[in-house]
Amino acid sequence: MRVFLAGLSIVAGLATAAVTIPAKADPAPDIGNWQSVLDQARGQTVYWHAWGGEPRINDYIAWAGAQVQERYGVNVVQVKLSDTADAVAKVLSEKTAGVDDGGAVDMIWLNGENFAAMKRNDLLFGPWAEQTPNFAYVDVEGKPTVINDFTIPTMGLEAPWGMAQVSFYYDTARLDSVPKSAQELLEWLVKHPGRFTYPQPPNYMGSTFLKQILTELVEDPKVLQQPANQVDAEKVLAPLWGYLEDLQPLLWRNGQAYPQNGASLRTMMADNEIDIAFSFSSGEVSSAIEAMELPDTVRSYVFDNGTLGNTNFVAIPYNASAKAGAVVLADFLMSPEAQLRKQDPQYWGADTVLAMDKLPADMQKAFADLDLGIASLSPSERGTVLPEPHPSWMELVETEWQKRYGVAE
Amino acid sequence: MLRFFPAFTLILMIGPVCAGLIGTMLPAFGYLPALGGDGISIDPWRDLLRQPGLAISVRLSLVNGLVATLISFSLVMLFCAAWQGTRIFAVMQRLLSPILSVPHAAAAFGLAFLIAPSGWIVRAVAPFAGWDRPPDIVTLHDPMGIALIAGLVAKEIPFLLLMTLAALPQADADRTRQVVLTFGYGRVVGWLKAVLPRIYPQIRLPVLAVLAYSTSVVDVAMILGPTTPAPLAVRILGWLSDPDLSHRFLASAGAMLQLILVLMAIGIWWGGEKLAGFWGCFWAEGGMRGRRDGTLRRFAAGAAILSAGAVFLGLASLLVWSFAGYWSFPEFLSRSFSLRLWMREYDMLGAILWTTLVIAVLSVMVAIALVLGCLENETRRFQKPGQGAMLLIYLPLLMPQISFMFGLQVFFTGIGLERTLISVVIVHLIFVLPYVFLSLADPFRALDPRYGQTALCLGASPARVFWRVRLPLLTRAVLTACAVGLAVSVGQYLPTLLIGAGRFATVTTEAVALASGGDRRMIGIYGLLQMILPFAGFALALLIPAVVFRQRRGMADHNRG
Repeated sequence: MRVFLAGLSIVAGLATAAVTIPAKADPAPDIGNWQSVLDQARGQTVYWHAWGGEPRINDYIAWAGAQVQERYGVNVVQVKLSDTADAVAKVLSEKTAGVDDGGAVDMIWLNGENFAAMKRNDLLFGPWAEQTPNFAYVDVEGKPTVINDFTIPTMGLEAPWGMAQVSFYYDTARLDSVPKSAQELLEWLVKHPGRFTYPQPPNYMGSTFLKQILTELVEDPKVLQQPANQVDAEKVLAPLWGYLEDLQPLLWRNGQAYPQNGASLRTMMADNEIDIAFSFSSGEVSSAIEAMELPDTVRSYVFDNGTLGNTNFVAIPYNASAKAGAVVLADFLMSPEAQLRKQDPQYWGADTVLAMDKLPADMQKAFADLDLGIASLSPSERGTVLPEPHPSWMELVETEWQKRYGVAE
Repeated sequence: MLRFFPAFTLILMIGPVCAGLIGTMLPAFGYLPALGGDGISIDPWRDLLRQPGLAISVRLSLVNGLVATLISFSLVMLFCAAWQGTRIFAVMQRLLSPILSVPHAAAAFGLAFLIAPSGWIVRAVAPFAGWDRPPDIVTLHDPMGIALIAGLVAKEIPFLLLMTLAALPQADADRTRQVVLTFGYGRVVGWLKAVLPRIYPQIRLPVLAVLAYSTSVVDVAMILGPTTPAPLAVRILGWLSDPDLSHRFLASAGAMLQLILVLMAIGIWWGGEKLAGFWGCFWAEGGMRGRRDGTLRRFAAGAAILSAGAVFLGLASLLVWSFAGYWSFPEFLSRSFSLRLWMREYDMLGAILWTTLVIAVLSVMVAIALVLGCLENETRRFQKPGQGAMLLIYLPLLMPQISFMFGLQVFFTGIGLERTLISVVIVHLIFVLPYVFLSLADPFRALDPRYGQTALCLGASPARVFWRVRLPLLTRAVLTACAVGLAVSVGQYLPTLLIGAGRFATVTTEAVALASGGDRRMIGIYGLLQMILPFAGFALALLIPAVVFRQRRGMADHNRG
């Protein structure tokens, strides 16, 4: 036992001495001088932490990496995550250990809530995004969410790389008509109990569904753009809870169990467990048909009064090892060529963040000529894009939902 | 030299685990400077107790863990009692290795597709029942956690059976059984009265490991378990992945609660042991012969076959899915099959399997060397490690992995080892070593000391006794321990991802990432891929002794178990 204690004290000593191997500090790239960024980036390896749940998306990321390698000599490695939070945790643990340089994460595919959290805790590098060459093509005027992630100004801390809008889908072989508003959905469910559900919050898609309902039912949607603690939140949320009171017992499995994520909704459609599902892009549905996950009779639609839309971003942690390389990669992701391929449902099927009128004529034509797939909605069919509420609403709704419906007894 | 082995092993285990524990304990009491927590407070605990449905989550974890362990243990004991030494027993033994090598998550996915309302069982019935849509009933994610218990039982039975098999020869089970039979006892009752008391002390630690695992399991619980609310470990994972980073304090407090919960479960089990021992004495002394045990024996066989069958059918469903085209309800088989997805993944497979193998083999080699060193040391010195030291070795198995990983990550980053192969192997070792120890310690300790004493008397050196006498006698036990270790290493997800910072893509990191997308075809492919290496390991553990001892009947018998 004594030997053991001696050993333990050695380890403790090692731990406290914490001999940090001096990391190769990567000086912050000078974004204004693009050539210097390119020079600095050459030879760097960018570890891009991105959700790895979709083979199509992984393939697209691999393609983008190969392109950047060929053009700028930047090596890209995708670190496939099952949850973006793992990357945030990584950066956080490095900050805890005092590793402020030479971190393991060079770029993260981020969503609004994680962005808000990382920004709040000073875990991001920047600003850089708005000074990159291809940002000039981004549709800042037409798509305000490219610089406002869930109402939080991005301030150049992250670069937009895709648009998302809620769209519903159903199998035309099974249904003739579909409900096109929150109210109609409820009426439809009374006639078809158990044939609809949503992923369990705080899953992203599940929370999105609740926000969609909230946005439709709230008296004045503008109030959702403010932080929840600045208004009478209880009163604002009352219509949502009233609605759910009626909806919950009509859900699949009477609301006793929920699917885990948007992807499981797809599987449930294929299994004929539900009749109506939703996703964050109608191109995703076309891709799923192509991948034989859904029958080719599935079609997309949106609610009459519009559906929530937002933007996907990539960000660079404050202690990234290859900041210049990450900036170059992010810039490439915003290029017309990369965006064109991203919108093609053959490869991914996500909407572009670019403004068509800013593009050269040949690129405009290439976008116009894209075959969006049988289940995708054209821009004109997509209807109104509703803005995402401030992140505080999402937190509040998730907490309250958990109290009311997360405990079934 | 040899005497340093135990200390060195403990340091290798304890160093990182302590670091991890401290890294979890501090935030549980409000200290995490990177997130602005500079002081000590009990707010995280207050926060934790306020979580809706916490009591239910706690109850689910505790009850599920205890019930699943009790059922697995009882079935394994009953099966051994009823069939040890028969042909069906030998057959089950052969079925074991493939099931053991199935990763938990893959088995759970397979099972889920069997019992779901839209799953294979319903699809088999649907044409006759005239169903064109799945019945709207809760079979998966049921609030009571029955599906979860079933999944855990199906997966733990092979592990416990394997551990029992390794212990049987040392308990002299064959002869004992025959003696009891000649006294007129029924097979089952005779075994339970005479053999079980000698087996149990040897398999107690594996049983406790199963208990700890079942109480804090995450992946299986997510696939099969209740969600409204989920068992505690799943909720901790949820809090840890919450975009609101301040939830990390809450998660750390939850992780501490989970640790307490596991200790409680062990305490309850221990109490049960005492009661059973007390009552068992009366029962044994009562002299009841229990000769009419035909029904009980058939039940034991039925339960064993059912659990093995469920896993195999589930795997078959994974295989079918990995080739399936569009496949809707209520079709029993997919309309079309294609190699497309396998072809697409093919290019990457070599590199991924290689990385997985390198990490697994390195950690298993280190683990087996350390464990053998420790065990040989205690044999030569006639001393057993204290209970405290044993508990420390098993600590990694009792801690909910995800929370203790955060602290560990900080530790490795601090000493500049993170992202290296060394750190990944060390972190795998933390989980591999306890299992290797579990598998090997009892067979090693139970080896008849007279073999060694005889060799010493004949003039052999202690080293020669180890290499020429003990090791050959333990060939099968050592190889089995290696195979278990290999399976454990291959199955590691969080440690590989977090400590390796994503630099080491293994079959499991790929599988879990793809499983989050929910496409059953990809789940099928990677679930099967996860099995390949452990399966090969177990197959070798069976084959090698058979080949090596082909010409030596006694050795072959001894190493058959």
